[in-house]
Amino acid sequence: MTYLAKPKLLRADAPRNTLGYTRRDYEGAISTLCAGCGHDSISAAIVQACFDLDIEPHRVAKLSGIGCSSKTPDYFLGASHGFNTTHGRMPSVLTGAALANRDLTYMGISGDGDSASIGIGQFAHAMRRGVNMTYIVENNGVYGLTKGQFSATADKGSKSKRGVVNSDTPIDLAALALQLGASYVARSFSGDKEQLIPLIKGALRHRGPAFIDVISPCVTFNNHAGSTKSYDYVREHNDAVNRLDVILPRDQISASYAPGELRRIVQHDGSVLHLRKLDKDYDPSDRVGAMNHLQERHALGEIVTGLLYVDTGAEDLHRHLNTVEKPLNQLGDAYLCPGSKALDALNASLR
Amino acid sequence: MSTTNAIQSSNDFVIKFANVNGSGSASANELFARAIMRMGVPVAPRNIFPSNIQGMPTWYEMRVSAAGWLGRRGGCDLMVAMNPQTWDRDIAEIEPGGYLVYDSTKSLPRSRFREDITVLGIPLTEICNREYTDPRQRQLFKNIMYVGALTALLDMDFASVEKLIADQYRGKDKLIGANVNALKLGYDHAKANLSCPIGLRVERSNGVGDKIFVNGNDACGLGAVYGGATVAAWYPITPSTSVIEAFSSYCRKYRTDPDNGMARYAVVQAEDELASIGMVIGAAWNGSRAFTATSGPGISLMQEFFGLAYFAEVPAVIFDVQRGGPSTGMPTRTQQSDLISCAYASHGDTKHVLLFPEDPYECFTLGAQAFDLADRLQTPVFVLLDLDIGMNDRLCQPFDWDDQRRYDRGKVMSEAELEAGKNFGRYLDVDGDGIPWRTIPGAHPTKGAFFSRGTTRNAYAKYSEAGTDYVYNMERLRRKFETAKKLVPAPILNRASQPSRFGAIYYGSTSAAMAEASALLEGQGIHVNTLRVRGFPFADEVIDFIDEHDHVFVVEQNESGQLRMLLMTEGQVDPKRLVRVLHYDGTPITARFISGKIAGALSEHKVTPIRKQVAS
Repeated sequence: MTYLAKPKLLRADAPRNTLGYTRRDYEGAISTLCAGCGHDSISAAIVQACFDLDIEPHRVAKLSGIGCSSKTPDYFLGASHGFNTTHGRMPSVLTGAALANRDLTYMGISGDGDSASIGIGQFAHAMRRGVNMTYIVENNGVYGLTKGQFSATADKGSKSKRGVVNSDTPIDLAALALQLGASYVARSFSGDKEQLIPLIKGALRHRGPAFIDVISPCVTFNNHAGSTKSYDYVREHNDAVNRLDVILPRDQISASYAPGELRRIVQHDGSVLHLRKLDKDYDPSDRVGAMNHLQERHALGEIVTGLLYVDTGAEDLHRHLNTVEKPLNQLGDAYLCPGSKALDALNASLR
Repeated sequence: MSTTNAIQSSNDFVIKFANVNGSGSASANELFARAIMRMGVPVAPRNIFPSNIQGMPTWYEMRVSAAGWLGRRGGCDLMVAMNPQTWDRDIAEIEPGGYLVYDSTKSLPRSRFREDITVLGIPLTEICNREYTDPRQRQLFKNIMYVGALTALLDMDFASVEKLIADQYRGKDKLIGANVNALKLGYDHAKANLSCPIGLRVERSNGVGDKIFVNGNDACGLGAVYGGATVAAWYPITPSTSVIEAFSSYCRKYRTDPDNGMARYAVVQAEDELASIGMVIGAAWNGSRAFTATSGPGISLMQEFFGLAYFAEVPAVIFDVQRGGPSTGMPTRTQQSDLISCAYASHGDTKHVLLFPEDPYECFTLGAQAFDLADRLQTPVFVLLDLDIGMNDRLCQPFDWDDQRRYDRGKVMSEAELEAGKNFGRYLDVDGDGIPWRTIPGAHPTKGAFFSRGTTRNAYAKYSEAGTDYVYNMERLRRKFETAKKLVPAPILNRASQPSRFGAIYYGSTSAAMAEASALLEGQGIHVNTLRVRGFPFADEVIDFIDEHDHVFVVEQNESGQLRMLLMTEGQVDPKRLVRVLHYDGTPITARFISGKIAGALSEHKVTPIRKQVAS
């Protein structure tokens, strides 16, 4: 991996968001991933989502673990602080960061090896704990950097590039996230930016643990016939339950929908999730129903995508801990140190 | 059972209570220790407990010392034998001429006693069964009853113990009456049936002064509050658990916003030690002061993260309350055996800053200072205490704090400095001390953002595998460690009453026993200068001290001489000049052990006492 600065050429008429930023302001270094890697599409979707939402880049902290996916935070939001941590341990570092400053937006980028294998414990506990974050797994079913070993999300029966058939049961991280209490759970496909960008936007505007499992084909090691994480396979088996549009309070709603086709969900910050139903019976506010649906469709070889579950009333870790509104990392000495008088009284009680 | 040559001593003896754990004895024993301290006599109690909740043997050893020696002495002058499981070894441990207090409800054959001790039987069970119907009360008040008997046997003032009970149960008046009643039953029985007082006595004194009685874990938690920690992440592990409990409790008291009841701190019980240290690193990276508390096995689990914090240069404070290792080892016994695993924690070339508090007072001061050091040096700082000072209440000087003191947040580049165009290179050594500048996430819209990583990078935090970048960074880290030498607390030197070619180096909880050992040695005409090391990397004075002496005893509570190893590798000291004095059976080191080893070593080497040399 080498660091390359992107040329600073900018069209005078480049579109700007309401903060005056162009999309370029949300980009990072040039990616060193393989040409055609699904992960780069996800980085592009993150750039677009942050641009659309008028997020100040420096108010985002992006954290990752180890692996191809975890390299990507270098390739978007160059003006944000980032932390490429250790393998499978991003969730704990992100949790600590979120405790220190509740005012930033936290984005955790991970992969299937990073979150479903070595890091499944931390993944699980960060979900349980209600950390306010957008957690994206770039899921390709293989280890890329070490050249194509199966990961824990590889489907049983799927074939590696070398012809080995996977015999282990796959872990469905979206299903796990649902079970563990994530309050926004989605699945998408890196090849479908129309679906992915709104899902990321909805997650960034959600309070609580938002998890998105993005199937992101590995063009080098897992894009062949027999793989269930290839572009072709995912396109053929993509079973979307809904289509999302995120409407900010400032936006004019222009689209019109047929009666019964649309579901409006208002998030805590006033943003509105417009869900166009593709499966008329699917209810994204029913956690148990969502889990059942995922299992049923998985048994049929289908990949369920869309906004699978959202609970807009969820409370996050800071609420559970009842921490002060002001970020902990900004409390001065006077707010933290009880001083000598308190110590004198304490000494007296210890005699 | 003769009473000839019975030990006669006022304010200088060891009492040991042999109990069954979970029987409620701990609070009664502690009450007794406090009662003696209220009479102005220094006491150093130690809980010797099993890794178990109920039913196994536990001992409470109390050193009463008018001279104020707080180390473990060794031996036992009065045994309160309440546990049949350990009877034989408890009886065997009593010093010749010592005393035995036991529950005489069931008569025991003569063979179970010793001829050279004074046996004092009290039918505790019988009295309890007569007085109480509730089984739990029968158990609990048995403990208070022997405290009452001891009050009479040691010639203590009944009224002052009574007052202590009233103080302890203030607000729970029902308990006061019941406890005082049990106390009196024991007291009266002893007065009526035993010859009171015995040869051991407690007399009013003024040896305690304004000292406080507190344990090191509690003091660490308080130190973290005063040190400005806002995030604590932890996983329960003996013997460190109460550090976080104390931090939480002091935070509730001192860090609750008076206006809205909200918390100016966050404590998270993580899923394991890896997540604990991960959270600490995340919080500190984001500008909060953060810490964890753990013990040996936790240190092993956190290794990879220590390397990340070292290499990405993120502050972190780790309280390691050491216990017996390796592996699960002796979870409820004390040792100083994590020095090496902390000093060089993680793969690759890493080195870490260590602090060694000697008692609860220093757990507080060094605990608070650790946060300044971690911020200043942008690296993990380990506070290495151990079970002996962590979990036992210890008399120490009162806590103090200078209200003029401000936290040293180290080199944090502000928004204004970034705005003014100050050159920012995250890993650039602009000041020559090896310490780079950092920025806190979210500080400035366009300047100062960087990507932290465990991989190699150049001075501007950009990924690099260039050898020159790697070497620049490693050399800078070495300079930073040199800087740390001057920032860690200086060692404390104690010169013997006469010049000596011999020195002793020690650290942490060994302090109390070492001070007493020096006095014992002086009494034998053996003079040894001593140096208490308080930090790693070693200040120059530590190496100078070794250079000044022919031989230096390195007194430690581990099997391999870990501080000695550090002195050899980091101080380039000739191993032959560093003589090991090692105590590692899980009990706290004693003055008798240290002085015996040093005196023995000196006589083996046919060393002429210095006094003679000077005289000749």
